[in-house]
Formats: sequence, structure tokens, C-alpha cells
Amino acid sequence: MFESDTIAAISTPLSSEGGIGIVRISGAEAIAVADKIYRGKNRLCDTLSHTVSYGHIYNGDDLLDEVMVTVFRAPRSYTREDVVEISCHGSIFLLRKVLSIVVKNGARPADPGEFTKRAFLNGRIDLSEAQSVMDLISSENELALKNSLSHLSGALKKKIGDLRQEILYETARIESALDDPEHYDLDGYDRLLSDKLTQWTDILRDLIDSFRDGSTIRDGIKTLILGRPNVGKSSLFNLLVNREAAIVTNIPGTTRDVVEEKISFSDFSLRLMDTAGIRHTEDTVEKIGVKKALSLIEDAELVIFVIDGSEPLGDDDYEIMERIRDKRTVVLLNKSDLSQIVTEAEIRNIFEKVSGSACLDKISIIAFSSIDMTGLSSLKDEISHLYFNGEVKNSDRLYITNERQKFRLDEAFSSICRVRESLEQEMPEDFYTVDLMDAYESLGEITGEQISDDLVDEIFSEFCMGK
Amino acid sequence: MTKLEETYDIVVVGAGHAGCEAALACARLGLKTIVFTVSMDSVAMMPCNPNIGGTSKGHLVREIDALGGQMGINIDKTFLQSRMLNGSKGPAVHSLRAQADKAMYSLEMRKTLQAEANLTLRQAEVSSLIISEDKKVKGVCTVSGATYFSKAVILCTGTYLSARCLYGDVIEYTGPNGLKSADHLTSSLVDNGIEIFRYKTGTPARLDGKTLDYDKMTEQPGDERIVPFSFTTDPDSVQKEQVSCYLTYTNEKTHDIIRENIDRSPLFSGVIEGTGPRYCPSIEDKVVRFSDKNRHQLFIEPEGEYTNEMYISGMSSSMPEEVQYAMIHTVPGLENAKIVRNAYAIEYDCINANQLKLNLEFKNISGLFAAGQFNGSSGYEEAAAQGLMAGINASMKLLGREPVILDRSQAYIGVLIDDLVTKESHEPYRMMTSRAEYRLMLRQDNADLRLTHIGHDVGLISDSRNDHVEKKRREISDEIKRIQSVNVSSNDKVNKLLESYGSIPINNGVSLVELIRRPELDYDKLLPIDEKRPTLSYEVREQVNINVKYQGYIDRQQKQIEKFKKVEKKKIPGDIDYNDVPSLRIEARQKLDMLRPENIGQASRISGVSPADISVLLVYLEQRYRK
Repeated sequence: MFESDTIAAISTPLSSEGGIGIVRISGAEAIAVADKIYRGKNRLCDTLSHTVSYGHIYNGDDLLDEVMVTVFRAPRSYTREDVVEISCHGSIFLLRKVLSIVVKNGARPADPGEFTKRAFLNGRIDLSEAQSVMDLISSENELALKNSLSHLSGALKKKIGDLRQEILYETARIESALDDPEHYDLDGYDRLLSDKLTQWTDILRDLIDSFRDGSTIRDGIKTLILGRPNVGKSSLFNLLVNREAAIVTNIPGTTRDVVEEKISFSDFSLRLMDTAGIRHTEDTVEKIGVKKALSLIEDAELVIFVIDGSEPLGDDDYEIMERIRDKRTVVLLNKSDLSQIVTEAEIRNIFEKVSGSACLDKISIIAFSSIDMTGLSSLKDEISHLYFNGEVKNSDRLYITNERQKFRLDEAFSSICRVRESLEQEMPEDFYTVDLMDAYESLGEITGEQISDDLVDEIFSEFCMGK
Repeated sequence: MTKLEETYDIVVVGAGHAGCEAALACARLGLKTIVFTVSMDSVAMMPCNPNIGGTSKGHLVREIDALGGQMGINIDKTFLQSRMLNGSKGPAVHSLRAQADKAMYSLEMRKTLQAEANLTLRQAEVSSLIISEDKKVKGVCTVSGATYFSKAVILCTGTYLSARCLYGDVIEYTGPNGLKSADHLTSSLVDNGIEIFRYKTGTPARLDGKTLDYDKMTEQPGDERIVPFSFTTDPDSVQKEQVSCYLTYTNEKTHDIIRENIDRSPLFSGVIEGTGPRYCPSIEDKVVRFSDKNRHQLFIEPEGEYTNEMYISGMSSSMPEEVQYAMIHTVPGLENAKIVRNAYAIEYDCINANQLKLNLEFKNISGLFAAGQFNGSSGYEEAAAQGLMAGINASMKLLGREPVILDRSQAYIGVLIDDLVTKESHEPYRMMTSRAEYRLMLRQDNADLRLTHIGHDVGLISDSRNDHVEKKRREISDEIKRIQSVNVSSNDKVNKLLESYGSIPINNGVSLVELIRRPELDYDKLLPIDEKRPTLSYEVREQVNINVKYQGYIDRQQKQIEKFKKVEKKKIPGDIDYNDVPSLRIEARQKLDMLRPENIGQASRISGVSPADISVLLVYLEQRYRK
């Protein structure tokens, strides 16, 4: 917990646009870890403190990024430990990739507030700031816990929970036999456990493989494009999809069915649905389309609500606002190339009136034009930001996105592998349970559960013990 | 004439397994000690199972012995049968268990207490504590009105406080075995602000040995070679004729009788208020909770040489006596059994041990210590271990010396006490090997190497005994060093030896260490091909073997222990005001304030205190330190 192992984290805000992002490493091994992935004119261990080196970050033999690296040697650093700061090109995707490689090479993902904690404990931060340091640690932890839990889909949580329960049960079985050897024996248990271990490693490997550090993405965030007719939904859709998938005319009500397409960005993907424009209509076919569009709202993870900024808002807009009151929404103020009648303030006002002030936390507004592409990159950044902060989820597939969660899965995996080794070396059964409980604990960190007397409770409830 | 008044250094209340160890430790450390018992005939009585040791409990006995306690020596003198459990498992879970001659065990202990120069054994019921205004203990009063002044009091009241025994609809207001209960002390404790819990436990019936049919049961003899508990007992001196136990089983008929009469058990009718232990369920509990099991095993164990009573391990119950008879008579071998003593459940007052410090002294009453079942534990060994530590620490306090706190990486005793005072508990606490996170290091075979020097520092272990252990330590490390550099070359003699143990022959030279680590081989088996091996005692060879064979695991555990120690060393000042640390979450703040942990490690084990809270606490302590 407070040993001086080497920690790493992205130290610039994830939402920051463009510019550069920094991965910071601190601890006794910081420079050694960085040297393993950095190639430049000199090795970092040979550079002076407070100097900047230019070079490249490699993942094995794959070039990842062109970087500037600053080395701060202890005690002249923020944490008073050796610190390395790797300045990368700002995309969140790239920063995460660099961080995951740093972790792969021996650092541990930092706990929330941990750099600051170390800075204080090592005497770097003034006494007068102790209170704010404590506040920072507790608030960042709370936020991190909330975020990491909201990242876990129900299905993933269940999968990890089930795995934990199985590990606990087997551990309790072994421990019961050790505790009450005249009652329970473990004859033939090795084979059974061996099968279990195979299942568990498969599950863990699957989860680890699902880690999103930029590998091909198979599913996407269910995203619904909504708006009155002819506000530019299909143009937006085509722009994002990059081809003419939806028919675009200037006749309102052209899109009558739902058009769906999957699109991938570098670090996330969308299942994008273009819908019929929402209006009261007497056209039977269009009516069905409208109904269908509205019915999709419930299932959508994210709504892109398109408004024609060059025309006043109408009743249909209000109705949409009311229907999406619970949804995470990005409002696109479209046609920013034309002169604007609708303002951001007005939209916020009406949203508040229609759906209450609580919904204001759930919307963001971006000025947009599908003619000159204004706001396209802001839109992508916004969605990426929502995604990585856990505000929208990819709901279809089980996967993890959080570096610390990945780290725990790796730990659990190694623990299970060690049980396998003990088994193969014909160690007595009591050697298995230490590593089994380690795996149990690592998985508990992902789901935010503290172990207390879980094992003893499990032994008593599942196994009939005693005199 | 005025009422009787006497003055001692230390008063011990209760002469069970905790009280005896406490009193002996105090007296042996030179303090004038008096120990009270409700009956001179119940010193170190074993009111339940007739054995000492067993899984993890055997470890406790070894540790008590290494620290200079009495339990190991006493059982070595009075056992009827001995077995090493888990022999086929790893060395960490090997556990010694001995069947005791209950009466002899009690007599032998009484004799030991009475032979101790500084020790007075007295039959009297303590009725109240004398506590000064500034919350210091000053002594005790007895029911007769006598006053015994002292500088420290150790409470070891076992299951006697406001006890009542139940079976069927019979309630007897007695302690165990029909002995007098202690009915006055609880109110004095409550008056002094001590929080009381009510726990229950139970015991099976005892049968007349001559009414059993042993042919229908499986005989369970003792081990061929007996291993003594005490490191001071010469193994050759305990090799003797042993008495057997017998194994039999309940069946569906037994279970039917229990199910038909379940509402007559006070456990299920709601008469019993106390919380019972989950690890030692009554037979009613087993049948209800594990209804898929169609039989439960029963061990029939002798209680002593001068009684033919047989204990039915596995059948603790609080059924009415006619139901007890009916269910016993369904069991093979017990069809015609006569009951000598009924099974019963017992309820008693004990304390919430969270009120204690790690030295077993009450946080808010100076000089008042507590040990044993009074602290909410169960088991003779758990009681004795606490008694010894309470005795040592009360003495240390009076002698102006530092408390002796064993941590979780040093001893099962450390785990036991840390769990009791730190964790919330709602049932009698039993030791288990799974509670010891560093159990690979806390073996029964190395208890002497772990703890003798501590007992020596305390003053309970003689110089010569300590020297003996230090010599053993040196021999072990020398021999490990020697064999690290021994290489074995491939030749006929070597390969023949390997093949004789079913081990794969070698083509090239390998290190001796590598061969020892093969599952089918060990240090002793390789003697013929290790020509320069010195002559060493079995105890030394055993340690060399374990340390070499499991070195990888031992190294890993050693690293974990280093990490643990770092945290454990960070002390929390006693006067800390947690309300001054607003960044702690409310739950954590309340728990910390209530439990007042002594170091960061202990704080981190409190349920409801998160790692983030610990970080906050560390920053706060650093701030305080720098001010």
C-alpha cells in the first residue's frame, strides 16, 4: 500500500484536446522502466536530471510515438522519488497505449491521488496543504471507484463475481479438509482442481484480451441520432460513416426507416442509428418511422440530438427533449455555417423547463456544420470523453477499459498460474490456497469489494465442520 | 473484627486454561499472585472435548510452550493417545492432537500451580472489581465480603458468568458440568462501562463405556511414534501404550428422530438467546443446515483412566434427554448405550473483545486484563494462549517494561489476539489455519525457533533452553549453506538410489538442492549420496529439509512479511482525534474512533476502513509528526 514501488499514470486530463499528454512514472525503478520502452540518442539512465530527451516509444519492435522525455532524479522531483515524464501526442488512445506499455514493463498503475500522497509523505508539499492533500485523496478515490464501477457492465460484473465465488468455494473446500481432515479428504481433488484452473485461466485470458488499448473493436456504443425532419441528421450520419449510406434530400421526412451502421474511431466505436425525423404527421409510413425512432430511445446509450440552429425551435423539438430527459445527450447545433437564431443558452433554458435542471448534467452542446465540418472533431472528442469517463458504455460485449482493472486481472491470472505450477510440482494442497486467495483478492479490487472473513464464512456455510 | 483484606501484585479471576497460564506466568516472573476458582476441583477442567491440540490448536500449544507456558508440558504428562493430523499435507498444516485423561490433566495442573512459590490458589467467587476514579483497577471483592487489593487484575471467567445450561425444556442455572455459576461479576463489569455479549456453546452426552459395542465401530489407534507437545519433553519418555478412539456414523433414522423433535430443542424453540459458533454446530444444526447429508461421523473418545465415560464427538445437542437416548440408540455400536451425563447447551456472558488493546488490557481501565472464553473465544488452547499473554503483559506493566505483542507474522497467538481485538465478531472465535495469512512460516515444527528467544527475553525461558535453540538455529543455517554447494554427478550409485524412490535418473550433474526439491525425495533420503554430511539431530534435519524443499514459497512469504511489518511498525498515537481528520469517510472515522487501533496495519484490517482511508490517515499522521 505505501511501499515505494514504481507507479505510473496519465497525468494530463483525459478530456484535453490536442496539444500533448503526459505519462508520469515515479519510484525507484522509474528510469529503468522508461529505458525499456524508450529509444533515443542516449539511454535515460545516462542523462542528467532535469533534462529533456527526444526519442521514440516502442512496444517491443513496434514504433508507437515520437516523444520528449524529462527525467527528474530524486529528491529533486514532485514526489522526491525518481520521476520520468513522457510527453506524447495528445490522443487519449495513444496515452493509454503508452501507459499500458509502461505497466507491462514493471510499473503499477497509480492509485488515485497517489503522486500527491507521495509528494506529501516525502516532505515535498508544505504542511499547510495537508488538509487539501487528504481531501484530494479521498475525493479522487471516490470518483475513481464510481468511474471504474460504472465502466463495468452488469454482465461483466457478474462474470467476475461468479469467478470469484468459484475460487472462494474451491479454497473453502481445501481449507475445510485441512481444518477437519477426519471429515473431509482431498482424494482425487487434484484432477478436479486442474480442470477448474483451466476454466479459470480461459475466462481470465478472455477478459484480459478484451482490454481496450486500441485493438480492433467489435462492437459499439448504441447511439441514436434524433431530431426534427430535415435538420441534417442523415448528412451527419453520412459524414460520420464516411459514405452515402442514408439518402439525403432536402425533402423533410426522407428517412423513414432506421438506418444502422457501425463506425470505428481509434479508441472506441459507435453503433450509429439514423432515424426518421420526429414530427406529427399523417403519412402512414412516416408515422411508423417516427414511432420506431421514439421506441429506440429507451435502448440507446447515447443520443445525438440534432437541432437546426438557423430556425427557431418548435413543438417537435420540445417533445424530443422531454423524451430524452434521462439520456446522455450531445446536442448538435447544426448549420452553424448559416446565421444562427438558436443559442446554447436558449437550449439549456428549454431543456431545464421541459425536463428539470437535473438533466443539464446530462447534456453537452456542440456547434456543428456538415458543410464545412465545424465541430466534427469536437463531437468525436466529446463521445470519447464520455466513454472513458464511464458515462456511456459499450453495452453489448464484456470488456474492460481501465488500466487498473487490467492490472488486477493480470495479477489474478498470475496467481492462478502459480496454483497450476504448485499442482504440477505435486505440492501439498495447502500451498494452493495462498495463491487462490490472492486471485480472489485481485478480482475483488475490480468489483470494489473488500474481503474480510469471506473464506471463513464460506467454510462454515458450505462445509459441515467440527465436533 | 473487620472483613478480610489481603494485598497481591496480581489477581487472576478463574483457574481454567486461561487463568492457569496467566497465574503461572505472573508468579514465575516474580509477582505475588492469587488465582480464584469457584471450585478447587475444577482447576484446568476440560468440560467439553477430551483432547488438546488439533488443526491450528496444536500450533497454539507449541507456541505456548516455546514462550514458557504450561499446557504442552501438562498434556505430555497426561495424554492417552496422540496423533499428528494432516501428515500427508504440507508441513505448515501438520497438527498434533492428543487425547487427554481429563481428571489427570486437571490434577497435574493443580499440582503445578500449588508448587509455585509466588502463587496462591483460592476457592472463592469474585463478585466485583475495585476501580478508582481515574479508571485504574485496584483489586477485587469476593461474595464473602473479603477484599483483595492488587495492581492488576486478569479476568478469565470462561463460561461461568451468569451461566445457564439447557436441554429440552430443562434449564439449570449452573456453569459447565453442574458447577456453580458466577452470578455477581457481570453487573460490576457493566457498571464500569464494559460491553457484554451473550454467547452459547454446547457439549455432547457422555456414555458408559461398558454399554458400547466396539465391534460395530472402526478403531482409531494412535500414531506409532508419539511426538510430544513440549520442546522440553524427551520424545523417548512419552512412548507408551495408547488408548483407542472409535469411529461410527449417524444415519437417516437418527436424522428422522431429530427432525421429528426439532421443536423441542431450545436452539430452535427460541429459548436460547446466545450466539453459538458455526464451526461446532449441534447435531440438530447439522441435520437442518446440511439436510443433503445422509450421515455424519461420530468419534467415540475415552475421557480418562479412572472413568469409563466416552465422549461422542460430533453429537453436541440440547435435545431433551429421552430424545438424546432415542437418537443415540440408532447409531451402530451405541444401540444399548447408557448416558452418564446429558448433552447440554450453555449460555454465558463474555465481553466484546474490541474493548481490549493488543496487550489484552482494557483500553479504558488501566491494569485490567482479560483472557480466554471471557473474550469471546472458544477452545482450551485459544484460552491458554491468551492467558499466557495476559499474564506476561500484566507482569510487564507492573515491572515497568514494554508490552509483549506478537504480530500476525510471528505466531498464531498473534493472529488470534489481533483478530479478537480488531475484528467484529458475533460468535465464539475458533482458531483455524486459514486465518493465518503467513502460515507457511508459522509451523508447529518451528515454534521454538520463532518464539523461544521472546520467552527468554520475558524471563520465562531459561538461558540453557534458549542456548539450545540458538545452537539449533546455527546448525540449520550452516547445513543449508553447506548443501547449497553440493553437486551430485551422474553415476550408478546415484541413479540406483533415485530409481529406488521412483525418481528419474540423472544424465548430467545436478545440485543436491534440486534433488531434495523433487516431490518423491527429501533431505534424509539423499544421505547415501551426500558423503560429507555431518551427523545432525532429527529436529535440525527436519528444518533443513523444509527450508530447502519449499524455499520458493518461503522466500515469497518472507517478502510479504517484510511489507506487512513496515505497515505494522507505523504507530498511531493513542490520543488521536479522528474528528480532526474530516477527509476520512464517516464510516471509517466511526470505526477507527471506536476501535482505536494501535498501528496502521491494525487500522487497515478494520472492516469499513478502505485503502483510501489509510492513505488519508498516513498523510494526517505525517502532518502531526511534522508539527
